[in-house]
Amino acid sequence: MTTAEVGVVPDAATIEQIARDVLAEHPPASTPITHLMGAWYDAGLTWVYFPRGFGGLDAPRSLQPLANRLMREAGGPEPRTVNTIGYGIVAGTIRRYATPELASRLLRPLATGEEKWCQLFSEPGAGSDLAGLTTRAVRDGDGWRITGQKVWNSLAHQSRWAILLARTDPDVPKHKGLTYFILDMQTPGVTVRPLRQLTGRAQFNEVFLDEVYLPDTQRFGDVGAGWIVANSTLGDERTSLGDRVSARGSGAIGDALALWAEKPENHSPILREQLTRLWIRAEAHRLTSDRARVAATMGVQGPESAITKLVGSELTQQIYEYCIELLGPEGTLIDTYSPEAPDDESGPTAIQRKYLRSRATTIEGGTSEILRNVIGERVLKLPQELRADKGIPWRDVPR
Amino acid sequence: MTQEFEFTEEMKELREMVREFCAEFSDEQTVRQTMETEAGYDAALWQRFGSELGVFGLAVAEELGGAGLGLVHHAIVVEELGAALVCGPVLGTLCLAIPALSALPEETIRAEYLPGLVSGETTATVAIPQRAGEYSPDDLSVDAVSDGEAFALSGRLDYVADGSTADVLFIAARTPTGVALFAVDSESTGVERTRLFTLDQTRRQATIVLQNAAARLICAETETPDVLVQTLATATALLAASQVGGGQRMLDATIAHVSSRIQFGQAIGAFQAIKHRCANMLIAEEQARSAAYHAAWAIQDGTDEPLIAASLAKAVASESFLWISRSAIQLHGGMGFTWEGAPQLYLKRATADSLTLGTAAEHTERLARVAIDEWEPALV
Ligand SMILES: Cc1cc2nc3c(=O)[nH]c(=O)nc-3n(C[C@H](O)[C@H](O)[C@H](O)COP(=O)(O)OP(=O)(O)OC[C@H]3O[C@@H](n4cnc5c(N)ncnc54)[C@H](O)[C@@H]3O)c2cc1C
Repeated sequence: MTTAEVGVVPDAATIEQIARDVLAEHPPASTPITHLMGAWYDAGLTWVYFPRGFGGLDAPRSLQPLANRLMREAGGPEPRTVNTIGYGIVAGTIRRYATPELASRLLRPLATGEEKWCQLFSEPGAGSDLAGLTTRAVRDGDGWRITGQKVWNSLAHQSRWAILLARTDPDVPKHKGLTYFILDMQTPGVTVRPLRQLTGRAQFNEVFLDEVYLPDTQRFGDVGAGWIVANSTLGDERTSLGDRVSARGSGAIGDALALWAEKPENHSPILREQLTRLWIRAEAHRLTSDRARVAATMGVQGPESAITKLVGSELTQQIYEYCIELLGPEGTLIDTYSPEAPDDESGPTAIQRKYLRSRATTIEGGTSEILRNVIGERVLKLPQELRADKGIPWRDVPR
Repeated sequence: MTQEFEFTEEMKELREMVREFCAEFSDEQTVRQTMETEAGYDAALWQRFGSELGVFGLAVAEELGGAGLGLVHHAIVVEELGAALVCGPVLGTLCLAIPALSALPEETIRAEYLPGLVSGETTATVAIPQRAGEYSPDDLSVDAVSDGEAFALSGRLDYVADGSTADVLFIAARTPTGVALFAVDSESTGVERTRLFTLDQTRRQATIVLQNAAARLICAETETPDVLVQTLATATALLAASQVGGGQRMLDATIAHVSSRIQFGQAIGAFQAIKHRCANMLIAEEQARSAAYHAAWAIQDGTDEPLIAASLAKAVASESFLWISRSAIQLHGGMGFTWEGAPQLYLKRATADSLTLGTAAEHTERLARVAIDEWEPALV
């Protein structure tokens, strides 16, 4: 069994050897996912750029795509699918803000998917204007008491842990009075109620928090620094998306191409042109994502990463709109709207289900309108809009 | 070797260097003056770019006066010249002739022409029959006859980039056994050049009529088709890089304008209708940049099908540059519609670029053929 020598920065060859050893010993086809991902974590391959003992090898981040690719080629899962929010947003935050004891308690079960994570940010009164949220955190001895209501929380009904933003100081402007916590969802006072989506499934929830206690060790970052911590995780999410490498003709556009090939009887010059235009945009988007990935591994955060979410989400929507058109009358059918049916977008009406699901892509994780504001103000440095709540203590903002 | 999209420090410095040189010696004022002259460019300045700055031969082998760095470097130079609308044979010499000559099999011929083009002392252009940026032998309009020793060309060539000023014309012509590439001295008898009045005054064209013009064979029938295909793919990718440069310049100008123009008591860039259009301009620009540099890297390193990469680059960059320059006019308001304002120059360049070496629609159609009609699920 190869191990990386302590004190030496592992190179690509070392990572590859370690990965091949793990995969040989735990063939993905016959190993339960939690065991496979556990072995992967213990070998330091989950996040090669994390410290040793925490799922990493102190290696350069640019080597992560290599590890992911070897896993994929061996038939293993795309890591994010094991614990979407855990991998996408939480892991990097834990690494940066948790004590070593807490980090070693949390990271392994996160990596294996045994403990799923969810994000308790949005509220009925605070969506795009997340910093305006109302949920209160009040000091209580060595810890905090949390009270409020969260909403649209994906996978909260299956999660053991949550990241949570709450207001610790209502007397300062909205961004300054927030603090970032992690919450054990099994704590008394937490109530999770699934909400049904337009797809028929119930993948997101409302979460009620009633005087929920959490110890101060579960606070990440300083009191009042919650907005900064939350933004650092958004950055992580963007770069972690960059660890994925996509091939020409894969993903949504691959669905459209396959459908086109399957339905010669529905072909027309207009549909052919529309498909070509979508293909061109998908290619330009794929290449821009590649460019963002290369820039990120070189330590440059270019405008590319701010753009890829916006373009990708709108493109995905338009591709499935196209697919529905191409389906013709068949597009009027759906297999089931049962809330219990698996949310895996497969089955005989997979295209219809993906079409419905794609309506969320331009809302979740920041709406397209908000992202255009972000690109305008943070990337292009355009003047800010007049904001009615600017500089005013949160308590005095109309809501 | 760099991996795709690995823009190194040295590339950044190259970009800065060309940009500063353009800002100093080919600012907008200079461009406006030069575009009104008969020649349409300043030969002395062109030569300074080639010799003093030394940026014309970055993709040319060192033994031929170049730097041997590759097409990505060359594309960066072309992008910056496009950003500044530098007058001169960018299309004829940098996009077409240098790549064509570099692709020639015969070392002695390359050695004869390339050093002069690289130093900027001579200029050239290439006339290749093409449709949608794709070599099209059916559209050949020039015939070559040989008396056993020398060749003579006859025929008519339309829309020849930089045709009225180029010293050497590289022309594809039909011979009894196929298509070959010839060099014609533009001053020789039997060459009649007529300057055309172009919508984009910074990019000149000519009609050339040949009547038994003395020609020299530089590439035989067996090799010529490959050379022409490769030249067109490379030129198309380079033109896309130039479009990226123009788009970036108009985006920057627009951002500067909407950040300082005050209406309703605030900078107009604070209004979402303006801000979101600017965000969309940036998105369009970045998509074009990715596609154009993918093509440059792909042709340089052989990592993608050159025709697909070049068509993708040209289709995306044409639409982006056109849309960005039209948006620039809109967001500049009345200023955007004046002769004095910069946006008009870029709109005209964007229009001309989009119709040169294949329109966006033509490249889209070509991609429809290779990416949709011939797509095979098993190959993905
Ligand atoms: C499938 C799905 C999963 C989600 N998962 C989670 C999760 O796990 N955890 C979590 O915390 N949240 C989650 N969300 C919530 C998501 O982040 C919010 O829905 C989103 O931020 C928008 O907030 P909102 O729904 O309150 O809409 P609003 O903010 O009310 O927006 C309504 C409309 O107004 C526009 N708008 C708002 N402000 C502006 C402005 N300043 N300028 C221009 N237009 C504006 C918006 O773009 C939108 O079109 C999820 C949402 C979806 C759809």
